[in-house]
Amino acid sequence: MERDSERIRSFTRRAVMVGMLQGGLMGMLGLRLAWLQIAQGQKYRMLAENNRISIKLLQPTRGLILDRNGRRIAVNDQNFRVILIPEQTDNIMAALNTLKNYIELDDRDIQRVLKQAKKQASFMQVEIRENLNWDEVSAVEVHLPELPGISIDEGEIRTYPLGEATAHITGYVGAVSEQTDDPLLKQPGFRIGKAGIEKTFDLPLRGKAGTAEIEVNVVGREVQELNRYNSTPGKTVWLTIDAELQTYAQQRLSQEQSASAIIMDAKTGAVYALGSWPAYDPNAFSRGLPANEWEAMRNDPRHPLNNKAIGGLYPPGSTYKIATALALLEAKKINRSSTAFCPGHFELGTTRFHCWKKQGHGAMNVVSALEQSCDTFFYKHAIELGIDTLAAYSRQLGFGGKLGFEMSEESPGIMPTQAWRKAKFGESWQPGETIVASIGQGYTIATPLQLAVMTARVVNGGYAVRPWITAGIEGEPEIVRNWPSLGFKKENLAIVMQGLEAVVNSRQGTARASRIEDPLFAMGGKTGTAQVRKITREQRASGITEDKLPWHLRHHALFVGYAPLSDPRYVCSVVVEHGGGGSAVAAPVARDLLLAAQKRNPAAPIVRG
Amino acid sequence: MSQAFGMNSSQTVGQKLQQMNWGLVILISIVACTGFTALYSAAGGSFDPWASKQMVRFGAGVAGMMIIALIDIRFWHRIAYPAYGAGIILLIINETMGRIGMGAQRWIDLGFIQLQPSEIMKLALIMALARYFHALNIEDIRKIRFLILPALMILLPVGLVILQPDLGTAMVTALGGIGLCFVAGIPMWIFMAGGALAAAAIPVLWMFVFHDYQKQRVMTFLNPESDPLGSGYHIMQSKIALGSGGIGGKGFLQGSQSHLDFLPEKQTDFIFTLFAEEWGLTGGLFLLTTLGLIMLYCGWVAFRCRQDFGRLLTFGLMINFSLYIIINIAMVTGLMPVVGVPLPMISYGGTSMLAVLAGFGLVMSCNIHRDSKIARS
Repeated sequence: MERDSERIRSFTRRAVMVGMLQGGLMGMLGLRLAWLQIAQGQKYRMLAENNRISIKLLQPTRGLILDRNGRRIAVNDQNFRVILIPEQTDNIMAALNTLKNYIELDDRDIQRVLKQAKKQASFMQVEIRENLNWDEVSAVEVHLPELPGISIDEGEIRTYPLGEATAHITGYVGAVSEQTDDPLLKQPGFRIGKAGIEKTFDLPLRGKAGTAEIEVNVVGREVQELNRYNSTPGKTVWLTIDAELQTYAQQRLSQEQSASAIIMDAKTGAVYALGSWPAYDPNAFSRGLPANEWEAMRNDPRHPLNNKAIGGLYPPGSTYKIATALALLEAKKINRSSTAFCPGHFELGTTRFHCWKKQGHGAMNVVSALEQSCDTFFYKHAIELGIDTLAAYSRQLGFGGKLGFEMSEESPGIMPTQAWRKAKFGESWQPGETIVASIGQGYTIATPLQLAVMTARVVNGGYAVRPWITAGIEGEPEIVRNWPSLGFKKENLAIVMQGLEAVVNSRQGTARASRIEDPLFAMGGKTGTAQVRKITREQRASGITEDKLPWHLRHHALFVGYAPLSDPRYVCSVVVEHGGGGSAVAAPVARDLLLAAQKRNPAAPIVRG
Repeated sequence: MSQAFGMNSSQTVGQKLQQMNWGLVILISIVACTGFTALYSAAGGSFDPWASKQMVRFGAGVAGMMIIALIDIRFWHRIAYPAYGAGIILLIINETMGRIGMGAQRWIDLGFIQLQPSEIMKLALIMALARYFHALNIEDIRKIRFLILPALMILLPVGLVILQPDLGTAMVTALGGIGLCFVAGIPMWIFMAGGALAAAAIPVLWMFVFHDYQKQRVMTFLNPESDPLGSGYHIMQSKIALGSGGIGGKGFLQGSQSHLDFLPEKQTDFIFTLFAEEWGLTGGLFLLTTLGLIMLYCGWVAFRCRQDFGRLLTFGLMINFSLYIIINIAMVTGLMPVVGVPLPMISYGGTSMLAVLAGFGLVMSCNIHRDSKIARS
C-alpha cells in the first residue's frame, strides 16, 4: 500500500505538470486567436476584401466621327463572336467539328482554340471566331443545342461605313503596342487610334472605362457582381468634311495611279474633302490585318498608307509662281506693266536656264507670265528679289512649316533660305538656285495642303487662313477662328488673280482645256509640272516624251484652283504623282472637284442635330 | 463468455448506466454539434456532402462509445497487447497494399469504410503502454532496462506511420506515447536526455528522412510570406480568414474567405478556421473552452481511478486528444507548420471521429470500473 500511494503521488505530480503544460498551451492558442482577430483583425479584414473582390473594367464605347451633316464616318458595329467555355463540354474537338458545319473554321483557328483552352482556367471563355455575319450567327444560334459549351457573344467593332473613301481622314484603330500603365489599354482586344483623326482625338474618342466590382473565388471564377459604375462613352467628333464631296473626290482620284487633292474653304480654312489615292480599307484594320496584307501595303510604290494630301512632299513647280508673282509685286520689284522678253531661256553668267517653251514666249508681263506659265519672266525678276525675300513672302503664304492641321501625318515641307542652305550643306547660296526656286523647283518642297493654303490666302483677300478639319468635339467649346490679314495690297492680289483667271479662261491659258463653261461656277488656277529629276541635255535634245519614261521618273502633275471667280469660296489643290503635265492631268481633276464642291456647296451653314 | 466481457462484475448494467459520465457525453455532443454546423456551412449551407454523414458517424460512434464504456476495464486490459499487435499488422498491410491518397498511404479500403490503421494504432499503443506500466512496480519503472520495451513499442508504429508518410499522425502518436511514459513516472533525466537527443537528430531527419513536401512545409512555415502563391498560401489564407472574422465573426454561412475557396481543405484540417471566421473570437474561445473542459473532465476521471491501468489509460487518451487540438489549432493559426492533423470531432473524417469516441468510451469505462482491481502480472 505504501508503494501504491507513492505511485499515486508520483502520477499526480506528473499529471499536474502535464495538465499545466496543456493549460498553458490552450491559453496560448486563445491569446493567438485574440491577436489575429482583434489586434490584427483590421489588417486581415482588408486582405480578405482584396481577396474577394476583383475589379473588372468595363470598356467604353468609342466616340463617333460624323461629317459636317451628321453622316456617320466612324461608328461601332455589333461584333458577333462565337466563344467556347471549355468546362461546359466534355469534348472540345467534337464541339468544334460540329461547329464547322455551320461556320467557316480553319485548322489554325482550331489549334489556337485548343491551345488557349488548355492554358487557362476551364470556366474562362475562348474566342473561336469573331466578326460573324448575320447568317452565321443565326446558323449557330439555331444549332446551339447540339453545340455544348459554345455560345454567341456580342461585342463592338469599329466600322467605317465609307471605307476607303474616308480612310486617310479617319485613320484606323489597332491593338495597343506601346508599354502602358493604363489598365484600360491592357484589356484584351482594346483598340486605340493609330492614324488620322482616330489618333489625334484618341483620348476624347476613347471615353472613360467603367468598373464592375465582382466577387470572385480563389480561382477567379465570378460569383456575383457587387457594384457597377458604368463606362462613359467617348465623345463625338464632328468633321468639316462633307462625306458626299469626299466620296466623289476619292472616286475622281481613283482614276489616276496615285494622287491627292484637297477642297478647302478659302475664307474659313475648313477642309471639305481630303482625298489621297490609293487608300486602304480601315475596316480591315479593325478586324485585324493579316501580316502579309500589311507588308504588301507598306511595299506598294504608290504608298496607300500615306495621306499624301497632307504628308506628301512635292516640288510645287509652276504653281509656286503664284507666290513668286505676289512676292515680286509686294516687294515692288515689278508692277502690272513690268515686262521681260522670253527667248526660251535665260542666261546667268555662263549658265543657261530654259523656259519650258523652247521657242520662247516673247514679251511677257506678270499676268501673261502666269497665264502662259513663262519661266523666263520669273527667272529674270527673281534674281533681283533674292531668295530670302522670296522665302519670307512664301512663309506668309503657308510654305516651309506645319499649318497646325489636326493630324500627325502633316509634313512641314521646306522653304529654303541662305541660312538654311548654309546650315544644311555648309555652302553659300548660289544665285542660280534662286532662279530655280522661283519656279518651284530645287530645294522647295510643299504638301498639297500648303498649296491649297497658298491659293486660299491669295484669293481670300490676304487673310492668314489655316486649314482645319474638326468642326467640334462633343462637350467642348467651339473654336472661334478669326484669321488676321497678312497685309498684302489688294491691287497686288487682284493682279495675281487676274493672271490665275487667265490661266483657265483666256485663249492662251495653260489650263484652258479644263475651264468651267458656266460663268456662275467658273474657276481660276495655276498649273504646275514638277520635275522628279533634272532634265538632261541629251533628253532635251532627243526630245524624249514623258510617256516613254518609266512611271516613277515621270513628272508630277499639279494644279491649284479656286471658284467661283467672283468672291472665291472654294480652293482646291491637286497633285497627280508621276501624272505628267499639270494642264493635261491635274487641271481636269481640279475642275471636276471645284464644280462638284460648288454644286454641293458645303459652305452653307451647318445644321447639326 | 460473459465473464470475458466483464458483464459478471459487481455492477449491473443499470448501475453502470448511472455511473456513465453524462457530463462528458454532453460536452462531447456540444463539440460534435459545433462540428456539424461548421460542416453544414463548409458545404455552402447544405447537409450534403459532409454534415449528414458526420452526424450518422457521430450517432454510430456514440453508440459504440457507450458499449465500450459498459465493457469491463479488465477486458480492455486483457486485449491491450493483442490490439497493439493487430494495429501493427494493419499498418504493415497498409504499407504494402494500402490505397494511395494525397501523396500518402493512409487508408485501407474495406469497401464500406476506409480504415485508417494509424488511428486504431494510437488507441492500441496507449492501451498497451498503460498495461505495460501497470504491470511494473515503482522501483522497476525507474530502472532503465524496463524502458527499452516501451521505447520499442512507441518506435515501431511511429516508424511505420512515418513511412506512409504521415508526419502529423506520427508526431501525435509519438508525443502521446512519450506523455504516457512521463506520467507513468519514468525518470526525469531520461526526458532531458531524450530532448537533447531529439535536437541532435533533427538535422539527420531533415537530410535523410523527411520528404520534400514535408521540408517545404517547414520552410514555408518559417517564412510564409516568401511564397504567398505557393506553399505559404495555406497559412496566409488561413490567417486572413481567421483574422477577418474579428471578435463577433462574420456570421453563420457568411465566411467569405472559406466559401470562396480561398481556404484549403476547409472541411477537414482547416475547419477551425472556417468556424472562427464565421463565429469570430467568441466562437473560437467557446470551442477552446469546451474542449478544455473535456480535457479537465478526463483528468478528473484519471485521478478518481483506483488502479494504474485506468489512470494511465485515461490520462494517455486525454494527452492524445489534447495533442490533436493543440497541433491543429496551432497549425491553422500559423504557430506551427502545416502537418495535416484534424481537429477531433469537428473535422470531417470517419476513422478519426470513431477513434476519438472509442477513446472516450475507454475513458468512461475507466470511470465506471474505477474500483475494479486488476492484477499486476
